[in-house]
Amino acid sequence: MHDNPGAPVIELRKVSMAFAKPSGEPLPVLTDIDLAVHEGEILGLLGRSGSGKSTLLRVAAGLIHPSSGQALYHGTPLAGPAAGIAVVFQTYALYPWLTVLQNVELGLDALDLPLQEARKRAMAAIDLIGLDGFQSAYPRELSGGMRQRVGFARAVVSDPTLLLMDEPFSALDVLTAETLRTDFLDLWTESQLPIKAVLMVTHNIEEAVLMCDRILVLASNPGRIAAEIRVPLPQPRSRLDTEFRAIVDEIYSILTARMAEAIGAQSQVHGGLAQHLPDVSINRIGGFVETLTAPPYGGQAELPDFARALALEVNELFPIAAALHILEFAEVKEGAIKLTAAGRIYAQSGTEARKRLFKEHLLRFVPLVAHIRRVLEERADHEAPLERFELELQDHLNQNDADSTLRAAIGWGRYAELFSYSDARRRFTLGPV
Amino acid sequence: MSYHAPALRLGLWHRYIPGWREPAALLLVLGVMVLLGSGARQMLAPFVPAHQPEISLDPAALPLYTLRSVIRMLAALAASLLFTFTYATLAAKSRRAEMILVPLLDVLQSVPVLGYLSFTVVFFVSLFPGNILGPELAAIFAIFTSQAWNMAFSFFQALRTVPNDLDEASRSFRASAWQRFWRLEVPFAMPGLIWNMMMSMSGGWFFVVASEAISVGGLHIALPGVGSYVARAIEERNLAAVGWAIAAMTVAILLYDQLLFRPMVAWADKFRFEQTATQVTSKSWVLDLLRRSRLLHRLLHPLGRGVERAARARLALPARPQWLGGWSLPRSYGDPLWHTAVAALVLYIGWRLLRYAAPTLGWDDVATVVRNGGLTFLRVALLIVLASLIWVPLGVAIGLRPRLTQVVQPVAQFLAAFPANLMFPVAVVLIVRYDLSPRIWLTPLMILGTQWYILFNVIAGASAFPGDLREAAACFRVRRRRWWREVMLPGIFPYYVTGAITASGGAWNASIVSEAVSWGPTKLNASGLGAYIAQMTDAGDYPRIALGIAMMSLLVVGMNRLLWRPLYLFAERRTRLD
Repeated sequence: MHDNPGAPVIELRKVSMAFAKPSGEPLPVLTDIDLAVHEGEILGLLGRSGSGKSTLLRVAAGLIHPSSGQALYHGTPLAGPAAGIAVVFQTYALYPWLTVLQNVELGLDALDLPLQEARKRAMAAIDLIGLDGFQSAYPRELSGGMRQRVGFARAVVSDPTLLLMDEPFSALDVLTAETLRTDFLDLWTESQLPIKAVLMVTHNIEEAVLMCDRILVLASNPGRIAAEIRVPLPQPRSRLDTEFRAIVDEIYSILTARMAEAIGAQSQVHGGLAQHLPDVSINRIGGFVETLTAPPYGGQAELPDFARALALEVNELFPIAAALHILEFAEVKEGAIKLTAAGRIYAQSGTEARKRLFKEHLLRFVPLVAHIRRVLEERADHEAPLERFELELQDHLNQNDADSTLRAAIGWGRYAELFSYSDARRRFTLGPV
Repeated sequence: MSYHAPALRLGLWHRYIPGWREPAALLLVLGVMVLLGSGARQMLAPFVPAHQPEISLDPAALPLYTLRSVIRMLAALAASLLFTFTYATLAAKSRRAEMILVPLLDVLQSVPVLGYLSFTVVFFVSLFPGNILGPELAAIFAIFTSQAWNMAFSFFQALRTVPNDLDEASRSFRASAWQRFWRLEVPFAMPGLIWNMMMSMSGGWFFVVASEAISVGGLHIALPGVGSYVARAIEERNLAAVGWAIAAMTVAILLYDQLLFRPMVAWADKFRFEQTATQVTSKSWVLDLLRRSRLLHRLLHPLGRGVERAARARLALPARPQWLGGWSLPRSYGDPLWHTAVAALVLYIGWRLLRYAAPTLGWDDVATVVRNGGLTFLRVALLIVLASLIWVPLGVAIGLRPRLTQVVQPVAQFLAAFPANLMFPVAVVLIVRYDLSPRIWLTPLMILGTQWYILFNVIAGASAFPGDLREAAACFRVRRRRWWREVMLPGIFPYYVTGAITASGGAWNASIVSEAVSWGPTKLNASGLGAYIAQMTDAGDYPRIALGIAMMSLLVVGMNRLLWRPLYLFAERRTRLD
C-alpha cells in the first residue's frame, strides 16, 4: 500500500498553533506541521503527552482552527467539522441520557434522514460493531469496552471517508484493548468499513506498530515531526516477530535520543528555567531505581524490555526516565537506561542518606529548584508567592507544562526539605510552615 | 378464598386482572387536566376593583381557592422555564451579553420579591382593564420573580460546564445549535434544573400567599386563592380559618410533591452524568403507573414522537455568506465600544432615577433606610447564627442515623416547602395575648420558613460523610471537641454553606412580610428595612419603596459577595482530595 500511496484524503499544510502567554506574546505549541493521510492507510501520531498530537487531530477534525496554515480535506480547505470525517474519542464521549441506539443515531443527526431510515442504518452499524442486543442499554450499564464499541458504531454510522481516533484504547484495560484492536483491524483489512483512511493518536508504541502503516513521531516544545517510520509488515502482525521488535526498538531509540537531546538543550537556555520537569513522585523514582539495581538488570536495561516487564506504558515510563536523567541518577541513550554511580548509591542508601543525595543533585541539576531556594534566601521574610515563579515559567512553557513543572519542583523540594509550600496561601517559605 | 392466598402473596394477582393500571393512569391524567383547565378558565372573568367577589371563609370554598393558587404557581413555573432557557442561553453563548446579564441576574435575585409586585401591579392591571387577567398576571409575575433567578443561574452554570468531550462529539457530528440545545445542553442541565425548580416552588408558595391579596397605594385586590383567604381570616381575627388554610396547604404540597416532583425527579435520574451504576434510584409510583400503562402509552406515543422529531430537527441558521467568512468585530475595537455603550446606558438610567427621586427624597430618608437596613442585617445575622447553633448538632445527630434520616429528611423538606407566613397569625396572636415586645419576638418569624434548609442540608452532609473517615476517628478515639472541630464540621461544611446561603436569602425576602404584621385592627411593627418597605408599599410612596429596595439589594449582594461566596469557594477547595 505504502509503495503506491493513494490520493491524500486529508492534508495538513504548514499548520502552526500558538496560545497566548500571560504577557500576550504567542507561545508556539505546534510549528509548521506538514502531513497527509492517504487513501488506504492508517497513519499513527506518536508522542508524549503535551506534544500537541491531540491538538493536531482536532485540527484535522475541523474542531479547532490552526493559528496559521490549513487543513485540506479532499483538496478543499476545512472550515469546520465536515461531512465524511468522524471522530472516536478517548473518553468515549457518549451521552449518558441516550440509549446505545440513540447515541449511534446521533451520528446521523446532521444528515436529516427520515426516522425509519436513520434507525435502519443505526441498527446496521450496531450489528457491524458487535453490539447486537445492547440497543436499549444506557451507557452506564456497559463496560468500558462496550462503551467504546458504541463510540465506534457512532463514528462509522454516517459512512465517513476519514476516521480520526484520539487514543481510542488508552482508557481500556489491556485485554479489552487487545480485543477491540483486533476487531477493528479485522473490519479494516476485510474492507467491511466504508472508511478510506485512518489517523490515530496514541502514546502506546506497540499499538502504533501493530496497527499503523506509517508512524509520525512528534517531538515537543514546540510540537514538530521528529521522525517518520514506515511499517511494511502485512496484517495480521505478531508482536513476537523480529521485524516487529526491530521497529519497536527503533522507535524507542528515537524517543530516547530526543529526550536526552531536549533535556540537554533546555538546560542551556534561559538559565535552565525553560526546562520541563516531569511530575514524578519520589516513590516512583525510588521503586524504579531499586528494580533497575536488582537482578537481572544490574543497573542497566533496554527500555522496551523493562517497560514490558514492569507493565509500564510509555507515558508512565518516559517521565520517570526523564526525571532520572535530569537528576543525573541515570543516563538514557539509544533505547536503554543505565544508572550512574550516584544512582547506584541512591538505590542502596537509607532514607536520610537518600534525602541528602537527592538534595545535592536537586540543587546542582535542577535550576528551577535552586532558583526558588535562592529567592527565598534572599528575601527578608524568606517567603515568596507561587505566582512569581508561575509567571517566569509561563514565558517558556505552555500552561500545562508550567503547572506540572511547578508541581514536580514543589514535590521534590519538599522531599529534600529545601523549602516548604502552603497550598492554602499559595506561598513558598524557607523553614517549616 | 384461602386457595387464592398464595397467589396473592406472591404478588402475581395483577396478571389476572388485565390492565388495572390503564383506568387508574387515565383517570389521574384526565383528572389533573380537567381540574387545571376549569380553574384556569375562571382567570378570564370580568373584574372591577370596586366590586370584587367576596372571599368566603367557609372551609368548603378552600379546595377551589387552593386549586387556583396552584394554577398560578404552575403558570409562573412555566414562565420561569421559558425565561431560563432564553436568558441563560444568551448569557452563556455570548461573551458580551454575559457581561451584562450575569451581574444583572445577581441583582435581580437580591431584590425582594414583593418589591417587584408594588411596581408592576398597576402596569398589569392597566394592561387588561376590566378583566381579572390583569391582577392575575401581576400575581403570576410576582411568583415568577421568586422562582426564575436561581433556575436561570443553575442553567447558566450547566451550560458553562458541559463536558468538553461531549461538546466536541456533537460538533464533530455537525449538530445544529437547536439539536445541541435539546440533545446535549438541556439534558445535561436537567438534574440541577429540576432541583432548582423544586426550591423555586417552595419559595413560590411563600409569595403566593403574599401576592394574592395585593394592596398598593389605594388599590386593593384580593384574588380568589389561599393567600386572600388567609388575609381575610387575619382581618376578621378568625384563627379557625387560618387553621383550615394550613390544612389545605399541607394537602396541596403533599399532592404536588407526589404528582409532579417525585415523577420528575425519578425521570430525571437518567440524566445524571456519572457513568457508574448506582444502587440508589429515585422511585415514584406515579411515574411507574404512567410508564406501565399500555393505553396511555399508545395515546401519548404520537406526542412523544412529535417531541423527538422536534428535538432532532436541524433548524440550522443559514450559513454565513461566504464573503463574511469568519469575520467578526475584533476584540480590540468591539469591547471598548461595547463597554462604552453599556456604561452610557447605566449612567443614563442612574441620572433618570436621580431626577425622579431627588425632589422627594432627602438625606434623612437615606439615613432612615441605612439605620433600618442595619437593624434587619443584625437580625438576619443573629438568626443564622442561632439557627446554626440549633440545627447543626441536631442535623449531624440525625444524619449519622440512617433510619432516623429516612423519617426526618422528608419532613424537613416539607417544612422548607411550607409557606411559613401561614403560621404568622398564630405567632402574632401569642405576641398580642402575652403582650410581648414585637421588636424581639417578630424576629424569629423571618427564619421560620428557611431554617429548614440548614437542617436538611446538614442532614444530607452528615449522611454522606464517608464511613471510613468516621471509623478512623472512632478507632483513634478522637476526643469529642476535636471530633467536632476536625472531623465532622469540615465534613459537612460545604453542605452547611449551601443551606445557610439559602436560609439567609430567604430571611431577607421574608423580612418584608414578617417585620410588619397585623391581626385584625392590631398592627405590630418591629421596624427594620422590611417593615419600612412594607409601610411605604401600603402608602404607595414609590420613591421610598425604590430606596428601600435598593438598600436591601445592596445588603444582599454585599453579603453574598463578601461572605457567602468566599466561604463557598473555601469549602469547595478544602474538601477536595486531588
